[in-house]
Amino acid sequence: MKHHLIAAGAALAIFALGAGTGTADTIRVLNWQGYGTDESWALEAFEEKTGHKVEHEYFNSEQEMLTKLRTNPGAYDVVLINSAFTPTAAKEGLIQPIDTAKIPNVADLTPEMRNNPNLVIGGKTYGVAWVWGATSFAINTEKFDAAPDTIEVLWSEAMADRIGWRDDAVEAVQITAIALGQDINNPSDLDAIREKLRALKPQIRTFWTSENDWNQFMSAGEFDAAIYWSGSASRSATNFGLPVEFVVPKEGAIGWLDGLSVPTDAPNVDAAYEFINWMIDPEFYVKWDTDVGAPASANAKAMAGLPDDAFNRAVLGNPEVASRLKFMGPIEDDMREKMLELWQETKTYFQN
Amino acid sequence: MAASNTALGGAVRTGSSARAIAVLTGPAYLWLTVTVLLPLLAMFYFSFLTEAPIAGRVGELTLEQYRTFLERGFYTTLILRSLKLGATVAFFCFLIGFPCAYILAKTIKGRWREALFLLVIIPFWSNALVRVFSWTMVLRGNGLLERAIDWVVPGAGSLGLMFTYSAVVIGLVHSYLPYMILTCYISLQAIDDDLIEAARSLGAGRITILRRLILPLALPGIVAGAVLIFVPVIGSFMEPRILGGRQGTFIGTIIEDQFTAVFNWPLGAALSFILLACVLVIFAMFAPVLKRAM
Repeated sequence: MKHHLIAAGAALAIFALGAGTGTADTIRVLNWQGYGTDESWALEAFEEKTGHKVEHEYFNSEQEMLTKLRTNPGAYDVVLINSAFTPTAAKEGLIQPIDTAKIPNVADLTPEMRNNPNLVIGGKTYGVAWVWGATSFAINTEKFDAAPDTIEVLWSEAMADRIGWRDDAVEAVQITAIALGQDINNPSDLDAIREKLRALKPQIRTFWTSENDWNQFMSAGEFDAAIYWSGSASRSATNFGLPVEFVVPKEGAIGWLDGLSVPTDAPNVDAAYEFINWMIDPEFYVKWDTDVGAPASANAKAMAGLPDDAFNRAVLGNPEVASRLKFMGPIEDDMREKMLELWQETKTYFQN
Repeated sequence: MAASNTALGGAVRTGSSARAIAVLTGPAYLWLTVTVLLPLLAMFYFSFLTEAPIAGRVGELTLEQYRTFLERGFYTTLILRSLKLGATVAFFCFLIGFPCAYILAKTIKGRWREALFLLVIIPFWSNALVRVFSWTMVLRGNGLLERAIDWVVPGAGSLGLMFTYSAVVIGLVHSYLPYMILTCYISLQAIDDDLIEAARSLGAGRITILRRLILPLALPGIVAGAVLIFVPVIGSFMEPRILGGRQGTFIGTIIEDQFTAVFNWPLGAALSFILLACVLVIFAMFAPVLKRAM
């Protein structure tokens, strides 16, 4: 029965693609707010091309996203999942394998991204690689003669009371793991990480929670260097004109890859495929990055369409820099809990 | 009221007055039960589970959350830190609020009093978040306060107040000061001016009048204000997060993390109830004083 349905669906899809227009559906997308899929100009262009309307629902954490998928089967057609969480979602049966043959732009994806082991599980694609970026730190270029090349600058005496940190357990542990040369997804020596984090006490000026926070603190001169995301750093520099430079130190940086997936029981699979195809289209990406600011695209052609000096092309597009990224993978539940506890204990130690 | 009715009307009226009490107070208690007690009970139940029973998950009964608290010393450190914060804020509210209330109750009369009252209450009408953010503009490096000081005393240098324990205390004292002023005002106003006159005619000095007469008579207001301030402050998380920076970790912020960042509702609930227990123990210890004051 199921096979018949899939065959029928496939036939319909081929028909739809062949006809060029297809039936008009309304698809529902689950994503972070303001993260590309809900750009109004992009949705208007999509509706013009395909006739499909797009509605959005938002989540504020990966846990919330998983909860929504678990409790609302059949409610969404496309969901954004950080590839570190894709295996969990696939294992729980929350998302379905994607027929990449029906998404033409998949052919242009960088092969390492397209075939990332967190997205392709058991030979089946559970997520289409969309955008990626790095988590490291950004500096105020007015306070540094030259950009530092080591993560140890965060621990240096010169930076006493000048460092901004993000109040996030996993990120704090992973950045310290990079400084110590440990595996970020399964650190071997948590005691060493605890010691190293404690040593950060004199440097930390304050914690930040949102991009908006970060921009305010940086422009008020509250910190000279702070943990940051690569996409946000380029937004701070281009949109807000802050003297900010993102650093990928020699020890490495946290890399992350976001994929687009189709939930099990999605009502409009074909329209979902068309939407994913549009999201990885160079035309959409170049406008998104140039006008708004975006992470790096997993589509090689889209990256090639950026201006030569665009951050995503000049820095992250450099294969030597990209090779220094340590990509986020699935973290076991008990490891996650240990990380959280370690961080809370460290924050308590940070008090006077 | 009920007692005097019964005494006057005898047995005949007992039934109707009981019914009247039930009808008049019933809705309020029902409302409280539904909106406060039931959710609180649900949270209390959650604190004994392995995971929150939402999204189709099933939690099993356990004491693990409470054991986690006992095994990790840093939770106790944070609770003590929050209790200290509560006491500090209540103390400074008294220090500033009591003289304000005294002047309002005893010195200023008529329309000026109304105008000043309005000034005391106005902060209550603005959003708490807005108030805290305006403090960040005052306290931060090269902010309003430092610039003002620099204008008066050029080259005074930086205060470095932002992101410190003091910044958290300043923000919270400002937020909760009206409670202390209002409760003290009520008990100060009830003091008969003739009593003060009498004390003065008997030769008591200002300090003696304050110490022997006004403070004891105003004690119920002071205690009520302190309790009203102490309880919310020890659970506060927004002000410490924004104003405290690295030094802004308290038990309230850790509980908030459990609910919003990591979805560990059971541990968050357990920590909340442990905090509640601490508050009850403190009130029990001070019960004799409180009883005298009330």
